Amino acid sequence: MNIITFVKRVPSTTANVVITENQLNPEGVEFVLNPYDEYAVEEALAIKEAAGEGSVTAISLGAGEAQKELRTVLAMGADAAVLLASPLAPAADGATTARALAAAVKGREFDLLLFGKQAVDRDQHGVGPAVATLLGVPCITEVVKLSVADGKVIAEREVEGARETIEASLPCAITCQKGLNTPRFASLRGIMAAKKKPMEVIDVDLGTAAVEVVAMNMPPARPAGRILGEGAAAVPELVAALRNESKVL
Amino acid sequence: MSNILVVLESRDGSLRSASLEAVGAARLIAEVSGASVLALATETCELDAGVLGAAGADLVLMAKTSGHSAEGAAATVARVAKEHQASVVLLAATVRGRDLTGRIAALLETGFAADCTALDAAAMTFTRPILGGKAFTTVKINGPVAVASLRANFFAAAGREANAEVQEVVAEAGLSRVTAINAQSGGRPDVSEATRVISGGRGMGDAANWNLLEAVADAIPGCALGASRAVVDSGWRPHSEQVGQTGKTVAPELYIAAGISGAIQHLAGMNCSKVIVAINKDADAPIFKHATYGIVGDALEVLPALAAELQKLNL
Repeated sequence: MNIITFVKRVPSTTANVVITENQLNPEGVEFVLNPYDEYAVEEALAIKEAAGEGSVTAISLGAGEAQKELRTVLAMGADAAVLLASPLAPAADGATTARALAAAVKGREFDLLLFGKQAVDRDQHGVGPAVATLLGVPCITEVVKLSVADGKVIAEREVEGARETIEASLPCAITCQKGLNTPRFASLRGIMAAKKKPMEVIDVDLGTAAVEVVAMNMPPARPAGRILGEGAAAVPELVAALRNESKVL
Repeated sequence: MSNILVVLESRDGSLRSASLEAVGAARLIAEVSGASVLALATETCELDAGVLGAAGADLVLMAKTSGHSAEGAAATVARVAKEHQASVVLLAATVRGRDLTGRIAALLETGFAADCTALDAAAMTFTRPILGGKAFTTVKINGPVAVASLRANFFAAAGREANAEVQEVVAEAGLSRVTAINAQSGGRPDVSEATRVISGGRGMGDAANWNLLEAVADAIPGCALGASRAVVDSGWRPHSEQVGQTGKTVAPELYIAAGISGAIQHLAGMNCSKVIVAINKDADAPIFKHATYGIVGDALEVLPALAAELQKLNL
């Protein structure tokens, strides 16, 4: 079972965001492995371990700093890492990212492509299915339960108010949702071993961006609210305000 | 003459209302550019030409196939987009819609913008939240077609007096297929689509106290249940209810946060709500800085009073 997993270096979800000149100001921001990619890496390792053979390769499109997140994935247990290096990568749009990742997959053997369901910076949800489309393989998104056997994949995902079961044949792409598994932490042994594992760095030219950023702003400020009172005694005033002032009831 | 193509989503043979919001958004563009609005159902379903016409569609197309295959649906959309020289393809940013958006863009060799919350029909730009709602970006798609998904509750059906014609089209085959769909939410709307939401956090004390939240939700029509990340990580509530940066981003008319202090990931996921009510013991909790109305108090005492007061109204 040869598995390729795709990971991204992103700002931590606890980070305060400051926008300067249409870009995230990285000053004081902690960068981490995209949380949804942790599920993809865990699933890749678990499937390889269950199969008892094969390899897990992690690919990231990123600037040079993204080697840190790839080392984390190697420390978790991946066999090899590939950094598609471009200084423009952190700001790359979904379609441009998908083209670069699909080009990097061509020529590599794989049974499964595992993605996080979204990167928590651009929140596009589209890179996994776009890569699969460019490669001509099926893709199942936002998967919370996965079984792989006899060349076939059976997956479940939560859609609005329902759960879908979806089937496809290998080779196949999966995007991973929270709930699929519990990602492992890198062990000290894993961290030591990761230092000796191969990390290929390939410079890529992202070409013309498929999506151009015209502006980037902070969310509009909310009008000041008010404290109505303390405890259950304030409830009648709240309900009156919701009905008569805000008219939402 | 270019067209605006809208992808219609159905479940159990019925059109999903999020699709009508996308049709309304397409109408906004059509009014500026003079284009026609085509609405395409990628699977056979019940379509009311009057409702779709009123929402903004000029022509309704329905692919003849039962069951959902994402690859098949994307290929059908891409083919129809080419046949009708679509300059814009819009989808509802549902789980299926988000799934299709990147695929359609790949097939049409263009860029995409997901989960848009506003569009400028004259400049043809889309505004969308990034970083879980901590910032917004306005983008222009460089390519022959602009593909965009639209987040629920930011656009509305046009509400015009018009009828649309329904035509059948051939469906493309896919690779994966949906083999089962099981309803889950117990009759409540999904938190990502609801116009009213009540969410609980650590201040609810215990999973067993959720009946207090449910009583409030039962008294408000169309009210969905949400939860903070802390509560989901503790196993009190399912991940499908999580509001925030690693859950769902919501923008209802009314958002009630009970026992939620307001971690930055949570605030980012709900600060587009029209009216925010915060109920929290700690008067210094960050949630109060974002709330329209606040009550300082124990959610376990305030919620039963709120449920009783709402029940009197018979909403």
